[in-house]
Amino acid sequence: MSQWLKLVARNALRHRLRTSLTVAGLVVAILSFGVLQTIVGAWYAGVDAAVPSRLITRNALSFTLPLPITYENRIRAVDGVKRVSYMNWFGGIYKEPKNFFPQFAIEPASYLDLHPEIYMPAAVRKDFLADRRAAIVGRKLANRYGFKPGDVVQLRGTIFPGDWDFVIAGIFDGRGKTDTSQFFFRWDYLDETLRQRSPTQAGLVGFFIVDAGDLNHVAQVSQAIDALFRNSLAETLTETERAFQIGFVKQTEAILVSIRIVSFVVIAIILAVMANTMAMTARERLSEYATLKALGFSPGYVARLILGESLVIALAGGAVAIALTPPAAARIGEMTDTLFPSLIVSANTVGMQALAAFGVGLLASLLPMRRAASVRIVDGLRAVG
Amino acid sequence: MTTPRVAAHAARDDVLIALRGVSKGYRRGGQTIPVLTDISFDIRRAEFLALMGPSGSGKSTLLNLIAGLDSADRGSIKVSGEDITRLSESDLADWRAANVGFIFQFYNLMPVLTALENVELPLTLKHLGRRDRRDRAHLALELVGLGDRVRHLPSELSGGQQQRVAIARAIVTDPMLLVADEPTGDLDRQSAEDALAIMQRLNREMGKTIVMVTHDRRAAEHAGAIMHLEKGELSQRVELAHG
Ligand SMILES: Nc1ncnc2c1ncn2[C@@H]1O[C@H](COP(=O)(O)OP(=O)(O)OP(=O)(O)O)[C@@H](O)[C@H]1O
Ligand SMILES: [Mg+2]
Repeated sequence: MSQWLKLVARNALRHRLRTSLTVAGLVVAILSFGVLQTIVGAWYAGVDAAVPSRLITRNALSFTLPLPITYENRIRAVDGVKRVSYMNWFGGIYKEPKNFFPQFAIEPASYLDLHPEIYMPAAVRKDFLADRRAAIVGRKLANRYGFKPGDVVQLRGTIFPGDWDFVIAGIFDGRGKTDTSQFFFRWDYLDETLRQRSPTQAGLVGFFIVDAGDLNHVAQVSQAIDALFRNSLAETLTETERAFQIGFVKQTEAILVSIRIVSFVVIAIILAVMANTMAMTARERLSEYATLKALGFSPGYVARLILGESLVIALAGGAVAIALTPPAAARIGEMTDTLFPSLIVSANTVGMQALAAFGVGLLASLLPMRRAASVRIVDGLRAVG
Repeated sequence: MTTPRVAAHAARDDVLIALRGVSKGYRRGGQTIPVLTDISFDIRRAEFLALMGPSGSGKSTLLNLIAGLDSADRGSIKVSGEDITRLSESDLADWRAANVGFIFQFYNLMPVLTALENVELPLTLKHLGRRDRRDRAHLALELVGLGDRVRHLPSELSGGQQQRVAIARAIVTDPMLLVADEPTGDLDRQSAEDALAIMQRLNREMGKTIVMVTHDRRAAEHAGAIMHLEKGELSQRVELAHG
């Protein structure tokens, strides 16, 4: 056993350059795999953060079309509805278009009640509720732009005309996968301003958020809401927040699928490279393997030498890659700023990276193992050099 | 070593290896090319036999059959009464590990293992303690005059020294039979003499049975008897008288 380990370790280090290059290739491949998986995971983060008993009611035709604010009281009256809130996507520009972050006009008290995963000091909440022009910013966003309480932030409207000034009331944090790159301000401020600047856009909301209270009521409540507005001017579509988020993510599904495919292709490529390296290595050592077999070592022993060497190299590359993934993801998170809410490497991704390394090590050694184990001793001994 | 000998088949209990009607050919393009045809002869216990013959005559093929590295097409090979042609692949491997020591033309040492580790290698197949293995490997290396080279890698040794490490590896398990295929083929005169002297000592002092294939007349003269192989046929053995 110790002899086997010794042979495996020394064989692996025999061609330093070849082994180093192979390990480097593995590191790049498994690191890329991990980072790409993390990016895909971040895209779905909104889905994971969704609370199952929350429903989103939107315009049945498209979620870019609004609903009248007058629906609020009628929804509230539906049997099983506990609480209702509403919001608008603002889509403004902060200084330059490249500074993207999500901005929402929300009905403050009901929205915060409905979203316990968003939390802040009581004083901040109080200030937010007290001042019409107040806004709260997520921790990540605040760090990015250095927003501090009391700062006046101006956003240029794209959907809603004009420049809009907000006073930062404070910073909020988020539990779990909550996106803290968001910017929330008050819906009443939006609506009042619109009544002066663009009256046709007033009195409308993007979505209602409905608390069905209990998971068992979710289906019944959403049907009841949609039935209420059937055949009206703006029909509604009510679905769980999770389904809504998935629908939102679905728009970008093709990109996500491509990223996923690329991440697996990278692994397939390194597998081919590694298999070639192992085949070359085993071919060079055929006479050594034949010698071992002549001395009485079993074909299985020889096969395990190759397997061990392949696994040592693959797992070394995998270990380095796994260690480098969190800093690499963090760096990409900084570079892409608020585009991805949370570029955190999940345990699942680490597991997949380890599995990929192991799989590459195992699969790359299969053919050379077979060859070395089955070659006749006399033929192997003739293959000198 | 000067007991009178009868040619061809020796007295029964004196025989270590008995080949009877052994044939072997190689398949090439749907055709079988015969290499050995109907070979029968005995090798005595504790003898040092040199096998000579022109290139391609089948010397290595014959040696490989005797050593259990290859299988015959026909005939029987009995070693100490056991027919090794009937053994399964894995039983044959065990049999080799227990009974045969190998010496190759190109030494065939593991390049990543030191001299000591190379010699230890066959012992890892035995149920021996670590210390015990070390001690035996040391002893074998001292026997071939390399007690001071135990930590050297093969690449740090001369050809002659490497071959002596290989001899130590071949004897460390104390096998009854040593097979050597052109053991001096890659060595200079002096190194060849050293290696042959060691083999001679192993034969005379420790009673090892040695079968050595060689091209070299002078090497063959270190043996107790010489046989010639030509066109798949074996000649009468020639006994050599040693002082
Ligand atoms: N694996 C093989 N496949 C096909 N033919 C083989 C194989 N091994 C040996 N032969 C053939 O069998 C014959 C005998 O080969 P062998 O190696 O036994 O000769 P030899 O007497 O040892 O020759 P040399 O002195 O050159 O080593 C040769 O004609 C060789 O080409
Ligand atoms: Mg030969």
